Amino acid sequence: MYRYDEVDHRIVRERVEQFRDQTQRFLSGALTEDEFRPLRLMNGLYVQRHAPMLRVAIPYGHLASRQLRKLAQIARKYDKNYAHFTTRQNIQFNWPKLETVPDILAELAEVEMHAIQTSGNCVRNTTTDAFAGVAQDELLDPRAYCEIIRQWSTLHPEFAFLPRKFKIAVSGSVEDRAATQVHDIGLHVVRNEAGEVGFKVIVGGGLGRTPIVGEEVKSFLPTHHLLTYLDAVLRVYNRFGRRDNKYKARIKILVKAMTVEAFAAKVEDEWLHLKDGPSTLRDVDVAHYASFFTDPAYDVLPANPAVLTEKQAAEPAFARWLERNTRAHKRAGYRSVVLSLKKTGVPPGDITADQMDAAADWADRFGYGELRVAHEQNLILPDVREHDLYEVWQLAKAQGFATPNVGLLTDIICCPGGDFCSLANARSIPVAEAIQTRFENLDYLFDLGEIDCNFSGCMNACGHHHIGNIGILGVDKNGEEWYQITLGGSQGSHTTIGKVIGPSFAQADVPLAFEKIMTVYLEQRATGERFIETVRRIGLDPFKERVYAKHH
Amino acid sequence: MRNIIKDGQIAQDSWQVLRADAEGQYPAVAADVDVIVPLSQWLAGKATWQARAGKTAVWLAPDDDLHLLADDLATLPLVAVDFPAFTDGRGYSLGRLLRERYSYAGELRAMGDVWVDLLHYLWQVGFNAFEIKDGKAVDGALAGYDTFTERYQSTHREPVPLFRRRVTSL
Ligand code: HEM
Ligand code: SF4
Repeated sequence: MYRYDEVDHRIVRERVEQFRDQTQRFLSGALTEDEFRPLRLMNGLYVQRHAPMLRVAIPYGHLASRQLRKLAQIARKYDKNYAHFTTRQNIQFNWPKLETVPDILAELAEVEMHAIQTSGNCVRNTTTDAFAGVAQDELLDPRAYCEIIRQWSTLHPEFAFLPRKFKIAVSGSVEDRAATQVHDIGLHVVRNEAGEVGFKVIVGGGLGRTPIVGEEVKSFLPTHHLLTYLDAVLRVYNRFGRRDNKYKARIKILVKAMTVEAFAAKVEDEWLHLKDGPSTLRDVDVAHYASFFTDPAYDVLPANPAVLTEKQAAEPAFARWLERNTRAHKRAGYRSVVLSLKKTGVPPGDITADQMDAAADWADRFGYGELRVAHEQNLILPDVREHDLYEVWQLAKAQGFATPNVGLLTDIICCPGGDFCSLANARSIPVAEAIQTRFENLDYLFDLGEIDCNFSGCMNACGHHHIGNIGILGVDKNGEEWYQITLGGSQGSHTTIGKVIGPSFAQADVPLAFEKIMTVYLEQRATGERFIETVRRIGLDPFKERVYAKHH
Repeated sequence: MRNIIKDGQIAQDSWQVLRADAEGQYPAVAADVDVIVPLSQWLAGKATWQARAGKTAVWLAPDDDLHLLADDLATLPLVAVDFPAFTDGRGYSLGRLLRERYSYAGELRAMGDVWVDLLHYLWQVGFNAFEIKDGKAVDGALAGYDTFTERYQSTHREPVPLFRRRVTSL
């Protein structure tokens, strides 16, 4: 894991002091509301329904146990004993007081964390595959590049005031688990014919009001040109992105307006001036960052030890958890464990301070002191020995972390919605809970198989509803909360935007509509066919007919 | 005369800025004053401006085409970039382009919605003079230079990015 040196520490400390000063000037009236707003947003501070909301970066989802303990401490001391994981590998505190935020930031800085650029019109937290470094299908460990991008984007003097927010995601594996195609820039590791490693650069993806799948602007960017190329893309966007209408200010709109070919040509032209300049990465530079991401001292272990297979055979509940909530590891005898934050009755992605402490302890005891945050809003123990899995399962169960639903219908990605967010059209949390309750029978849930269900409380799409196999969007009808359902969206290497099935539903009718959709799937699916595959094959009509059928 | 910040110090300044009024008309400029004119006015009457007794400089709006000024950069006494709102970051790219692409070496001034919290970034991308917005303390703004003592990126002030300096000094 990356460790700060003296300079990294100093920059974060100076940032905290800068923000302390800005907050004081705001409170004393020297800075107006309009002046302070962009400055506080660049430090992750929103002002929401009940209180300010502070978003803390977890760069590319990497978290050390001591950092998670600090987050627990902050949740206890400054908040209401819990926090919320977002879809972009950040964590949010919903109840801090404005005056205490500089102190929270100072405490975070002690453990090499910050809230820099977690909001506002600047380059946001860089995200990647939560299984980076341990995944079986990895081409290249993307984490050194993620850290290089993190540093490049942190307080970049030229790009502090972009037309709109800017999100970068990196994927180093065959299957794209970082949703790179719905980011402003998606970087996908590829090899060329000569066997060299580089990035495929995708630009202009994004959700929100105008969901768009990003398009390729460069098929092969040699890795050492990464930063000069990013500078070129950002400069073109900074200069030519629209600033007159915030709904048209994302880079996706610029790319569409120019056409992807013209945009790529403009970037290329800018890049020619920057290419081979001082920001070109040398092998020694990359090696310096890669040295922080070496493998821990893994034991040489047999795969599938008897302690595991015996328990698996004896206890179906354990077998179920093992199947759903653990993932293949690149080393034999190890697996990655997903701690589900999708227990029915708990807002998706919420985690208590006690759970944080417990997970931090397990990371130390069963792993190498590291955890990961998945963009699906779950927490991951990346390196667990197979012979410890049974014990980890029991511990996780006791902490409410072991709902065996990862990747299933009730593993809902969900934004905070109307309960917390002032932009919401509708509440999301109670509706997500109603769906979870309706599908609580595990046999039924397992039979339905893998289904991504994504939920946003308004068209800003924080819950990624467009790319859920089944998506829900809160809409406002004359001041009432209604819900629109989309089908056929997907993330990953074949990202597609889902289609609306028809008129929206009242809150109480959403679970029933879900049930009808699932019944159609069960009737129509071919052997072994996943929900999304059936939807693609048979189209939306059979679902529409059932859901909107008139009663006789 | 007003106070501005220039090269890290408070300095007296007598440049006037020519801006269109609400009707889009430009007021007359006395022959002997030093004036910063918008790019369009400069391009419309270069020779007339140059024939005056006072000095003439040019200011750029965020969406101005730098290329149109390229041939004059070597002789202009000053180039200013206007920030109509501090959240409009286009001027930062203009600053870098002027310094790095067009090798402009003269005074580069930031004007408009400019105040202490922006100084550090503006200085890094190449600005060396700052006309602080009315109502904001000019002397207090000097502190803006020192907000950060290091930065990660290649900038006009420190072209060698931190990652290179890190590895070289190991
Ligand atoms: C409660 C405070 C929040 C507010 C006020 C807020 C506001 C917004 C707004 C206005 C957008 C649309 C931006 C655009 O389209 O340009 C947006 C997008 C987004 N938000 Fe949030 N959000 C909040 C919480 C969250 C949470 C909790 C998550 C994660 C669960 C999240 C994840 C995202 C993501 C991933 C997008 C990107 C969609 C895209 O690519 O356009 N946000 N947010
Ligand atoms: S999708 Fe809408 S309701 Fe949900 S968090 Fe984002 S802005 Fe708020």
